[in-house]
Amino acid sequence: MKDLKVSLGGIALDNPVIPASGTCGFGKELSGWYDLNILGALSFKGTTIAPRDGNAAPRVAECPAGMLNSVGLQNPGAYHAAAYELPELKSFFHKPLIANISGFSEKDYVEAVEILQRDSAVRILEINISCPNVHGGGMAFGTDPKMAAAVTRAVKDVAEKPVYMKLSPNVTDIVSIARACVDAGADGLSLINTLLGMRIDLKRKKPVLANKVGGYSGPGIFPVALRMVWQVTGAVDVPVIGMGGVSSAEDVIEMMYAGAKAVQVGAANLIDPLACKKIIEDLPRAMEEYGIERLSDIRRVE
Amino acid sequence: MIFTLTENVSLSPTVFSLRLEGPHGAVRPGQFAQVSVPGLYLRRPISLCRWDEKSVTLVIREVGKGTKALRSLAPGSPLDVLLPLGNGFDPSAAGQKPLLVGGGVGLPPLLGLCGELLALGKSPTVLCGFSSKSDSFLTEEFLSLGCDVRVSTLDGSLGAKGLVTGLMDGCDYDFVFSCGPRTMMKAVFDKAARPGQYSFEERMACGFGACMGCSVPTRSGMKRVCADGPVFPGGEVIW
Repeated sequence: MKDLKVSLGGIALDNPVIPASGTCGFGKELSGWYDLNILGALSFKGTTIAPRDGNAAPRVAECPAGMLNSVGLQNPGAYHAAAYELPELKSFFHKPLIANISGFSEKDYVEAVEILQRDSAVRILEINISCPNVHGGGMAFGTDPKMAAAVTRAVKDVAEKPVYMKLSPNVTDIVSIARACVDAGADGLSLINTLLGMRIDLKRKKPVLANKVGGYSGPGIFPVALRMVWQVTGAVDVPVIGMGGVSSAEDVIEMMYAGAKAVQVGAANLIDPLACKKIIEDLPRAMEEYGIERLSDIRRVE
Repeated sequence: MIFTLTENVSLSPTVFSLRLEGPHGAVRPGQFAQVSVPGLYLRRPISLCRWDEKSVTLVIREVGKGTKALRSLAPGSPLDVLLPLGNGFDPSAAGQKPLLVGGGVGLPPLLGLCGELLALGKSPTVLCGFSSKSDSFLTEEFLSLGCDVRVSTLDGSLGAKGLVTGLMDGCDYDFVFSCGPRTMMKAVFDKAARPGQYSFEERMACGFGACMGCSVPTRSGMKRVCADGPVFPGGEVIW
């Protein structure tokens, strides 16, 4: 009997598989396809303090081995999420929730954290710092160690739950951002967010996305994500949730050998709503193939 | 779900029909399928044209890489398809005299709808718009259902010359169902003296409401074309 259990900074998960924020909404849509209680946890739709309509359509584009999206954080806002979405989600999902939180100022993050952490099912606060800082000239928080550290500190000041900073890969040196977050008190890290990309429609001679640029996700980014998780886990001593193109049981195991304690599955859910279920059911077979008895035994390769 | 392609038939220089065999849930007219295309990442949303208990037929216009790849598939090929998706049309919303207005590749979902309307004892009139005779298709299928079918082409090579909305003038109807290019549907909505349901398309990723990739503004807030649509009441659309 293979042991799929893992521990994420003391939070026990039945298995390391977590649908990534933005690919599972507030659970409702995926729950029509399978019982989500087989998951390790669920990271719900990136939520901001105020409701957001997101960007104009088209918001998605085909890419080699993946896709672009420029959804633009469409969400109902933290108050609505706490009052309506989370109670509904909890009516059918009883595993740990990860609250994915976005903001455009430190104040935004702090207020959204204060609202969403009140829910007892929320076990981890995952802070998305890929958004532009409206007080920082529009530069993304996650691209500057000082801004990343400032958000981390601001959130940590009010957080009553573990804070995982979700890092952007669109940086020169991911390790310096990771260190800045950990030095500022982050309890863990989630990486990576999407890679900034673009497609141009040759018939219309225009960008495919109305927003012109968007985030690249899917299997094409897996090697980049794996490399960043490996570099970061070699440099910091907090638990890391690895994500980026994970699409199979082998990818989950590979991500854990790169140093991840748990793994999020993103774009794969959009291609196959049963992706997480299939991965979880396939993990014992893959563990057998690679001689792994307990996933928690996996140690980062050097 | 894995389906088996049993027929791949050309209906016009750019339009083709795929018949897929496999068990599936109950289909409402206007719902769609998310078809996985070998070699491409995102599934392609395609409306369901006709269906029975063990098969569905998709009528597709070749517009890009994905639809081109689908056109080249040989019978016997397995296809990974999610269906049925979306809300679909509500045939019961119409009175006895529904008007169906389709432009080009907007016609296929109206064929399944037409069959349901007839089964409910209603008398649909179908208006089909094409650019010319050479790219017309499905008109025989509508006729064989036994409904009133009128055709227009932009160049006058088949039926009346002009826009499909020109055909609305002589029609007596109590409800409109429409699918086609957005500009055509806007013209239909503007001209229609009756309420109606309009079917939209948008670039999609998941197709089942999870990713918000196809959300559009409506008069009642942001709506996902895949899960809240693809069919919207005309009054809800921001034209």
